[in-house]
Amino acid sequence: MITKRIIPCLDVKDGRVVKGVNFEDLSDVSSPVDLARYYSSAGADELVFYDITASAEGRRLFTDILTEVASQIFIPLTVGGGINTVADFDRVLKCGADKVSVNSGAIKNPALIGEAAKLYGDQCVVLSVDIKRVDGVFRVFARGGRDNTGLEAIDWIKRCTQNGAGEVVVNSIDTDGVKKGFDLEMLDAVCNAVSVPVIASGGAGNIAHFTELFKALPKVDAGLAASIFHFGEVKISDLKQNLKQNGISVRL
Amino acid sequence: MIAIVDYGVGNLFSLKSSFLSVGADVKICKTADELLAADKIILPGVGAFRDAAKKLAASGLKEVIINEAKNGKPLLGICLGMQLLFEKSFEYGEHEGLGLIKGEIVPLLGEIKSDLKIPHMGWNALNFTENETPIFKNIKNGDHVYFVHSFYAKTAARNITATAEYDINVTASVQCGNVFGCQFHPEKSGDTGLNILKAFCDLED
Repeated sequence: MITKRIIPCLDVKDGRVVKGVNFEDLSDVSSPVDLARYYSSAGADELVFYDITASAEGRRLFTDILTEVASQIFIPLTVGGGINTVADFDRVLKCGADKVSVNSGAIKNPALIGEAAKLYGDQCVVLSVDIKRVDGVFRVFARGGRDNTGLEAIDWIKRCTQNGAGEVVVNSIDTDGVKKGFDLEMLDAVCNAVSVPVIASGGAGNIAHFTELFKALPKVDAGLAASIFHFGEVKISDLKQNLKQNGISVRL
Repeated sequence: MIAIVDYGVGNLFSLKSSFLSVGADVKICKTADELLAADKIILPGVGAFRDAAKKLAASGLKEVIINEAKNGKPLLGICLGMQLLFEKSFEYGEHEGLGLIKGEIVPLLGEIKSDLKIPHMGWNALNFTENETPIFKNIKNGDHVYFVHSFYAKTAARNITATAEYDINVTASVQCGNVFGCQFHPEKSGDTGLNILKAFCDLED
């Protein structure tokens, strides 16, 4: 049976990982290559690299780093951030990315997903959505969660998967950073609406939150988190052992 | 030298990097002469069977690969490259493959429970069959590898070296003499995958 995936997300700015990571056994915690290798050997099933650079120079550094990571770490790599055109897909795929995640780029240009899926296959196109409840309705937010697009989230996700998005990352703004667990209600609504893999993001604070996620929602395929892994609050090896003890299928 | 066949399908960067990391002398090759000079051949592939089969035929390398395989040169097909080793595929019509292994490529859709997702994507365990294969000499039964596919190979049990459980037993790897195939991506399967590539490199010519 397919195992549940655990995915650390690394924010990269100007070629370095941001969010002061802290590992005793890692000398350079802001080196994307060192950190990627560390996570890979700890049992991460996939890595997400998010480019939060704004400058062209930073973008060039990012692709250099990506190339270096992809030449040394042999697990699936997803890249997000600054993906607005098919040329952006091409740029990161050439550097060794396996999947490309689109968020604001798809909101600005809804045809992007279809065009990319036609060229690279559905499995390559990941829709990332930042969702927040507004007056009891799930709304899609753009620009890193700052702007309410007015789009109803479930409709938007359905539309994007019909156009060729092969996977959906659901990031709940409501639970993000709160560390009280994933947004099960929101995730359940998404799982019931689509048949592509769903990745849960936002809200994990400890190991039990992942166990709760996969037990409550067997349709969720993966759990994604950043700071709890970076700060060492949750060790991936411990997390996977715990999931296994709870009867959840994982790769050890 | 290990030749990775470049016939214009997909990106070969990760595949080449993975061979380099196990110390292989590897080269991305576009010409018949390069394939003739190689000790072993890797046939990669992503996307749709029809397009890949067309491009392979147009590249002029199809016959070279078939002949080299028939002459005993070790050949490893990966993902869609494995599917191309078979006689035909039923992905969007009916299309001819290399015919190096008897069998055909059929959709998972309709064969597996309807609540399971397609593509079969993610890490799944290899269940070795009774057919031992030298490319698994460095890994264990039950090790996990990374899959992304919507079609799978139906072939005689004697050709299948491992399956993966996804409601049905999905053909995960095949061997027919010197012709090998992996439905999964060894270049994306961590140490397990690298160990498989290493074992393929170690095969006696």
